Amino acid sequence: MAIEVRIPTILRSHTGGAKIVEGAGDTLGALFADLDSRHDGLRGRLVTDTGALHRFVNVYVNDEDVRFLGALEAKLNDGDSVTILPAVAGGALGSAVVAAPRGRHAGSPPVR
Amino acid sequence: MLSIDRAIVDAIVAHARRDHPDEACGVVAGPVGSDLATRHIPMENAARSMTFYEFDSMEQLRVWREMDDRDEAPVVIYHSHTATEAYPSRTDVSFAGEPDAHYLLVSTREPDSEEIRSFRIVGGVVTEEPVRVLDAGVDPHAVQSYMFGQSPATVDYECSGR
Repeated sequence: MAIEVRIPTILRSHTGGAKIVEGAGDTLGALFADLDSRHDGLRGRLVTDTGALHRFVNVYVNDEDVRFLGALEAKLNDGDSVTILPAVAGGALGSAVVAAPRGRHAGSPPVR
Repeated sequence: MLSIDRAIVDAIVAHARRDHPDEACGVVAGPVGSDLATRHIPMENAARSMTFYEFDSMEQLRVWREMDDRDEAPVVIYHSHTATEAYPSRTDVSFAGEPDAHYLLVSTREPDSEEIRSFRIVGGVVTEEPVRVLDAGVDPHAVQSYMFGQSPATVDYECSGR
């Protein structure tokens, strides 16, 4: 079962510079575990110590934000495409915001 | 050093002023490997906050795909601080995820003037760099004549005494 995963520049040190890698797994969490077996340290950049999706990345399955698909529980199928991007965020406030849980917008996905 | 057209700087400042007192954010894309900031893309601040900004994840995916299709990279990632100086906060440093980007900050705390500064943020280390603002439409022969001197077509904010 092959799933194509697009890796952002900042994480390519874990993939030998590769922009696209392949992995397997029936959930996003399983896919990350599989990827980590060949791309050491990658999972640690995506998943926190407490087992949640990291605040500093956006992960998409077939163009949908996984925060709206169950995060690491998101189901995957053969042929799915996963894209990882660095979350672009910041601002004048100090570090308090970083500690806030991800998914503040989970209840109100942006209307386009 | 970040070299950037005055027209783009003006557009970024206008965006920051428009969204003030909320923080404004966006990207200037340019050809991969060129370090040229050529295409201004104002982004929505999904946080709509005076102290925090966050790209809307779906808008970001669309814009990043578009850059990929056009062989572009996010050369500049900018945002405004609306009550503090144009220097990266700890939050800015924590999130900085594009090691090749120039992080441009605009402070709009003064009503009549803007502070514009640029930084590299790599592995948690902030390095300020000069900003050179280029005036478009300058006669290319005139530019040649400036080769050995200070071009009046540029403003180096690092040397402007701010």
